[in-house]
Amino acid sequence: MPPPDQASLWCALSGAGSLGHRRLWGAGASVTLGDLTGGSSLGGRLEELRGRSVLVATADQLTAGLALIELDGVARRLVLGPPDLPAEHVAFVVATAAIDAIVSDRAAPDAGTPPVDAFVTCSPTLPARTSERKGGERTEWILLTSGTTGRPKMVVHTLASLAGAITGATTPATTATVWSTFYDIRRYGGLQIFLRALLGDASMVLSSAEESTGDFLIRAAACGVTHISGTPSHWRRALMSPSAHRLAPRYVRLSGEIADQAILDRLRVFYPEARIAHAFASTEAGVAFDVGDGLAGFPAGLLGRQSADLELKVEDSSLRIRSRRTAARYLGPEGDTLADRDGFVDTGDMVERRGDRYYFVGRRGGVVNVGGLKVHPEEVEAVINGHPEVRMSLVRTRKNPITGALVVADVVLTTEPAPGDGRAAALQGEILQRCREALPRYKVPAAINFVPALVVAASGKILRHA
Amino acid sequence: MSVRSSVISQFEQVAREQNKALAPPADDLVLLDSGLDSLCLAIIVARLEDALGVDPFSSAQDAEFPVTVGDFIRLYEDAAA
Repeated sequence: MPPPDQASLWCALSGAGSLGHRRLWGAGASVTLGDLTGGSSLGGRLEELRGRSVLVATADQLTAGLALIELDGVARRLVLGPPDLPAEHVAFVVATAAIDAIVSDRAAPDAGTPPVDAFVTCSPTLPARTSERKGGERTEWILLTSGTTGRPKMVVHTLASLAGAITGATTPATTATVWSTFYDIRRYGGLQIFLRALLGDASMVLSSAEESTGDFLIRAAACGVTHISGTPSHWRRALMSPSAHRLAPRYVRLSGEIADQAILDRLRVFYPEARIAHAFASTEAGVAFDVGDGLAGFPAGLLGRQSADLELKVEDSSLRIRSRRTAARYLGPEGDTLADRDGFVDTGDMVERRGDRYYFVGRRGGVVNVGGLKVHPEEVEAVINGHPEVRMSLVRTRKNPITGALVVADVVLTTEPAPGDGRAAALQGEILQRCREALPRYKVPAAINFVPALVVAASGKILRHA
Repeated sequence: MSVRSSVISQFEQVAREQNKALAPPADDLVLLDSGLDSLCLAIIVARLEDALGVDPFSSAQDAEFPVTVGDFIRLYEDAAA
């Protein structure tokens, strides 16, 4: 169940009953939540961090997760440093969030890190705790998203806004729930799953940037993962792994990118026992809704006031959300506003109504202009991805002296064509034919290039501006 | 394949793909009357850049826009020369 507004994460956890059987697995170590009763990842130094603005900057996810559990209710502010935070942005983050303490899994600060009052080393070996656990602080949780100018945007949440969509287990599980996610838990999509596991009487397997998709799947399967989430790109990559068959999930969740019909269908066939759901959520807007009917898009009936907590609307074709789960504000001097005067967050995700459903067509900023006509790369990708031999695709712009731009597609096939067997040309023809049937002419790619792979960023999303 | 025949074959192929009725591509045929619209021409330019390695529209500083099919072919012949 979600914690009451004032309760800390540890308070919610320790009130939930037996912790000894619930485990957090990292890539290199694992602990039970019960181990935190007598031990602390921060050793004897937890109270040194009381009231401080703390940057949690560990390489390892398990270590970060333990620090978050312990510091909520203790620190004034927790900044979740993603592992790929570029060194040149650390000073900006430290200054903007008035960081006065850093928690790290290294023995000493990295060269170039600005000096702060406290540098505390954190470890999953959980040395004995020296003080009683007590909360009391209303901790701000700060998530970093990649800004358009390169500097990260710092998005302010509370535990209550982060956990607002978590309703606890609705059906009694016959076996214990073990969550996992391809996401890093320092990102919104991963943090959601981490909190779902903690607040939902479950265990969790954490991913690692150091680990291949195949190795992660093997580890997750060995731990008996029952619930697992990732972006559509994560899932397309996972389904390319021979180890994907080892998982037997009861629940498969997609978020962070548009879930097209092809990936939903493929997951349903691949994991016939699983409930497949795609969620709409963003760091700023929070979790808006889950769609569980197996179809892309969402029912038009979701628009309007869903509850006292949540209202959705479409304005200028973009989805807007007002809810208690949205972030409070951005940190920083730029004064970017997060919500409009009425409290709606503009997601920048463009939707289109067809029949009684809305479909995501792309990002506002990602529009390609072909001779004055707008093309969302994602809508073209959705058509291409529907071809049974296509694993994933990236539609991008190619400059053109006549129309300003054309769209072209880079396509990853389920099996690479052998050079010279004629299959490539036949497939190009089939994919183009599919596009011509489904799309207006100017949206049909001028070229289909077969590529061995596409770059998926650390966020789990296809890298659109390589 | 000569530049001329490359250009003509792209005209024919793109017209076929785009379901456009292409007038016989004689040198004096005005491009705007050829049956090809600007999207077709855009695709032809992109394909010719891949095939011939040149895009005379983008590379020439003061290239006049071709009016006829003959102008269009000459633009590519000059760029490829």
